[in-house]
Amino acid sequence: MGGASAPRRLSGMQKQVLALYRGFLRATRSKSPDDRHRIESIVSSEFRRGARQVDRKNFLYIEYLLRRGKKQLDQLKSPDTTGLSSLHFVPPSQSMGSRK
Amino acid sequence: MATGILKRAIPIARGLAPSQSAARLLLARCHASETQAQQVEPKAKPAASLKTFSIYRWTPDNPSKPELQDFQIDLKECGPMVLDALIKIKNEIDPSLTFRRSCREGICGSCAMNIDGCNGLACLTKISDGAASTITPLPHMFVIKDLVVDMTNFYNQYKSIEPWLKRKSPSPTPGKEIPQSKKDRAKLDGMYECILCACCSTSCPSYWWNPESYLGPAALLHANRWIVDSRDEFTKERLDAINDEFKLYRCHTILNCARACPKGLNPGKQIINIKQLQLAK
Repeated sequence: MGGASAPRRLSGMQKQVLALYRGFLRATRSKSPDDRHRIESIVSSEFRRGARQVDRKNFLYIEYLLRRGKKQLDQLKSPDTTGLSSLHFVPPSQSMGSRK
Repeated sequence: MATGILKRAIPIARGLAPSQSAARLLLARCHASETQAQQVEPKAKPAASLKTFSIYRWTPDNPSKPELQDFQIDLKECGPMVLDALIKIKNEIDPSLTFRRSCREGICGSCAMNIDGCNGLACLTKISDGAASTITPLPHMFVIKDLVVDMTNFYNQYKSIEPWLKRKSPSPTPGKEIPQSKKDRAKLDGMYECILCACCSTSCPSYWWNPESYLGPAALLHANRWIVDSRDEFTKERLDAINDEFKLYRCHTILNCARACPKGLNPGKQIINIKQLQLAK
């Protein structure tokens, strides 16, 4: 649809993930430059980590992440929210899960 | 069976004020004696009555398929309600089991879940007699973890009916409450008791298929609560706002809501009332 020149067609879910990422980047525009930079780096590292670690066929989990991301984006859009911070905890089994 | 009795006992008691306290006392006492008996019994005879709880498990930290996990509980060392069993499992067997709970007396609506196929509050549902029970999250809701579901859509629908008093004229005595006759107040009975536990909405097949567009029994019950309120002056606007093929008319009076409601309310009846008002408008 969007990228006619793109080398490969994206699935619906991939489009949703990219739309969410774009939504985050757009939402950061309303924040101060300092916060914006920090939020962008957190968001981008979070998405890249997901792209690297999550099995692309694990739809259940990706849908969960999408819903969680949408909720976080809604919170970020509110003018009262100034920043985003991440807390990284490492459960004994594996290193997953960083939350807002 | 026991929950059935409890459910019926509440609306009957509401009409007769003196017997209400008596019924409460009786219920409370019978629970107390039961727990006391349970505290004493294990010392007297160690015969355990084991029950298996199959509980839905899924955690985002370990992205695999959801599964039912079995826990064995000795009912002799456990309280009478399903919530007691869940708390016991969390305390003694698996601390990672996740569920919402708060008041343990059916007033907060946090512990709504699907127990043996029926939606209900874990704190008001007695542990059934059979050898096994299945506990799953509310059906057709997105799971956040184990028995915790995402209620965002449900709350947004509640918000969309504007659940607050709206006036066009100022109150008769400024700075004071707006008086209401006893008769008008009585019209709110059967609605104000709703605790928004989402048992009714998530038991409604119509809501399963249109969770986004159909408001669901809980939100519509509250819509009717404000439509009927004698102090509210936006009755017509409220009726117009929900006069929609999807928002209101997806209710096909299946009445699963009335069966599921742990407070013994009948959201279906309130929705019918809205439909009648729409016709009379």
